[in-house]
Amino acid sequence: MSHPSSLHWLRRRKLKEGIFRVLMAASVLVVIGCLALIMGTIIWKGLPAMNLSMITQTPKGGYYLGREGGILNAIVGSLYLASGATVLAILFSLPVVLYINVYAQKRSRLASLTRFSLDVLWGIPSIVYGAFGFIIMIFFGLRSSLLAGILAVGLLEFPIMSRAADEVIRMVPNELLEASYSLGATRLETALKVVVRQCLPGLLTAVLIAFGRGIGDAASVLFTAGFTDRIPTSLFQPAATLPLAIFFQLGTPFPEVQQRAYASAAILTVLILVISLLARGLGKRYTRHIIK
Amino acid sequence: METRTHISVQDLSVYFDELRVLTDISIDIPDHKITVIIGPSGCGKTTLLKSLNRLLDPLDGVRVGGRVLVDGIDIYDPRTEVTEVRKKMGLLSQRPQVLPMSIYDNVAYGPRIHNHIDKKRLGEIVEHYLHMAGLWEEVKDRLGEPASRLSVGQQQRLCLARGLAVGPEIILGDEPTSALDPQSSQNVERRLIELKEEYTVIVVTHILRQAKRIADYIAFLYLGELVEHGPAAEVFANPKNPRTRAYLTGEIS
Amino acid sequence: MLVLTAVPTFLVLLILIGLFIRARPILAQKPFFSLFFSSAWSPLKGDFGLLPFIMGTLWVTFVSLVLAVPISLLTAVYLSEYAPLSVREFTKPIIDLLAGLPSVIYGVWGVLLVVPLVGRVIAPLFGVTSSGYTILAGGIVLAIMIFPTIISVSLEVFSSIPYPMREASLSLGATKWETVHHVVLKKGLQGIIAAIVLGLSRAFGETMAVLMVVGNIPRLPGSVFDGGYPLPALIANNYGEMMSVPLYDAALMLAAAVLLLVVLFFNVLARLILVRVERRAA
Repeated sequence: MSHPSSLHWLRRRKLKEGIFRVLMAASVLVVIGCLALIMGTIIWKGLPAMNLSMITQTPKGGYYLGREGGILNAIVGSLYLASGATVLAILFSLPVVLYINVYAQKRSRLASLTRFSLDVLWGIPSIVYGAFGFIIMIFFGLRSSLLAGILAVGLLEFPIMSRAADEVIRMVPNELLEASYSLGATRLETALKVVVRQCLPGLLTAVLIAFGRGIGDAASVLFTAGFTDRIPTSLFQPAATLPLAIFFQLGTPFPEVQQRAYASAAILTVLILVISLLARGLGKRYTRHIIK
Repeated sequence: METRTHISVQDLSVYFDELRVLTDISIDIPDHKITVIIGPSGCGKTTLLKSLNRLLDPLDGVRVGGRVLVDGIDIYDPRTEVTEVRKKMGLLSQRPQVLPMSIYDNVAYGPRIHNHIDKKRLGEIVEHYLHMAGLWEEVKDRLGEPASRLSVGQQQRLCLARGLAVGPEIILGDEPTSALDPQSSQNVERRLIELKEEYTVIVVTHILRQAKRIADYIAFLYLGELVEHGPAAEVFANPKNPRTRAYLTGEIS
Repeated sequence: MLVLTAVPTFLVLLILIGLFIRARPILAQKPFFSLFFSSAWSPLKGDFGLLPFIMGTLWVTFVSLVLAVPISLLTAVYLSEYAPLSVREFTKPIIDLLAGLPSVIYGVWGVLLVVPLVGRVIAPLFGVTSSGYTILAGGIVLAIMIFPTIISVSLEVFSSIPYPMREASLSLGATKWETVHHVVLKKGLQGIIAAIVLGLSRAFGETMAVLMVVGNIPRLPGSVFDGGYPLPALIANNYGEMMSVPLYDAALMLAAAVLLLVVLFFNVLARLILVRVERRAA
């Protein structure tokens, strides 16, 4: 069955397989390596410049010229802004996702259209959300403020949260819904008491994912939230954000301030890492408890 | 009856992670005969079949113990070339799986991969095997069409042609007619009987009547164990094991 | 609740309309050609030729795709077809983390590592002097940012291909790679294209990271070692001045609207392809 020519051919085939295996291994190493390189560089550069005053103080006069202070304004500003945006996003996401999964038929045209729109919204760059937020801001006569930032970032977070929540709520089996209806519950009661409770860990994951995105985004807050050295005490005051703080510190010609930029970057990175791990941890807990 | 052994299975055990799916199977498959493996569903028939052409290899967590000798060579020896082993066997699956290409390319796939064959020879090969599978007349004018457009029965015959085109010695059939209508089933059964002139055929089925129609040799598998095996006439007329008898009379299924 | 559910669909349109309304002044006053095909960019003089920025975006996106597509596809094939379960489980969180890293962080890293790499190592290799703030640097950073997009969509596409089809190829004696080539990649081709288009769309709109490494020079790039100025960077860098110069804000809004249109086009295209792929697999 095997003549010499097909043995030679076989060797060529095996060689081809071998070459591609090497290329594939190299690619995976590149991907993993990039993450290690990025996180390693940021933390390595950022750690030396990190000290307690960075996270406990707001910038004093001349901070960007090298004087004292910290980035507390940005840390608190970011937390306020991302939290507000996340709450706003939840207010709009939850009804929409519950509607397309509990009220409408899962395969109805409305549900498909809405899912498609959410996917499209998900792909819109954050700078467009920033520009649109700016338009809204002008329209309502607002100035650069925490509120405007919350609106823009809320818009950004909305599709992210909706998609993640939809993925989770979709998995609720129809039988569970029917069981609830047959006990006499209305659709609203079923949605809130059965579906939300069943999916709670997964929904929290969705919220965390959106929060993480919101706190790290710069382009959407650029136009809308302004920047300030103070911690905002009202929604109508401008708010500093971590990403912008990093950007501005990096942009100065003073090496000490640039060092602080690296430290701020390290802080943001660690923050994102923690949120990510939390989201993963919740996600794992979720898959253990769902009723199939 | 002078029967040469084509495949010799010796103490074959298969584990899916910690679960033992096949236990110490030993059987000699006779050459140029149709051997049918019968037994209730889920008892390891497909696993046994797939262990013969090392299709269990890519699955996660599968361990194989024992030996499977084909023409005297253990296919599980680490030195054997897997692709050559699989080339010796043609597999007909339960649900016909056509490759995402034209009818012509499906049949030509095997020959193209294994040898550098010129176009003219390739065309002859494709035609020859489509004839053998009984499909040539129906597709000769549309060889360039995607294979997915064929009916299920036609697809199964295409898979047969495709499997034969590699030039195997053994044909494996995993419930090859269960997804087909009665007409196509009959067609495939007829082909299998014709094919035993040139090939060794091993078929898995849960349809007893089909086994009675085509088998020369029977192996009864129950819960991963080889309960009984022997010439079909003997096993059907006089089953030696009570479990065999119970299965044949329909008590266990 | 029904009304709220209509929100996503209308939001897309609303954003588009909003941007175009704000861009109307400049569309009304300036000829179409001078906006999109001229490289004259002097806002103070009233010249708003967007061509350099459009080209800048195209160049950076192209470089990032050239780098990202092979690596992403090879990685996705490896994870889907070759990797043992442990490797797959290990790599998934890494890809998720790459996707979750904020743009600024990529930018800082770009400034720390990629810019010097391009300026001091890669450019000299080609006999070019460069500060490092180049299209190439932007492309490298962008490529890493779109790895997760292309990889995860490709993985979904591969997993929708039924396993028995691969078995059929293997049982004919094909090697694993031949099976990947003729079955997985062939059947998954449309989905892979969708994955690449989604990556492209992401690359188009990415702002901060690219802005920090690409040089921001408003001229038509001549090579990858030149500085560039992609559309998003234009919008981000100049929002401060835009209210003080006449028509500047309209110009930037126009840029945003153009960006949105392009991104929408690619997104909708890719999603439609994916819907078709999903329907065929069902």
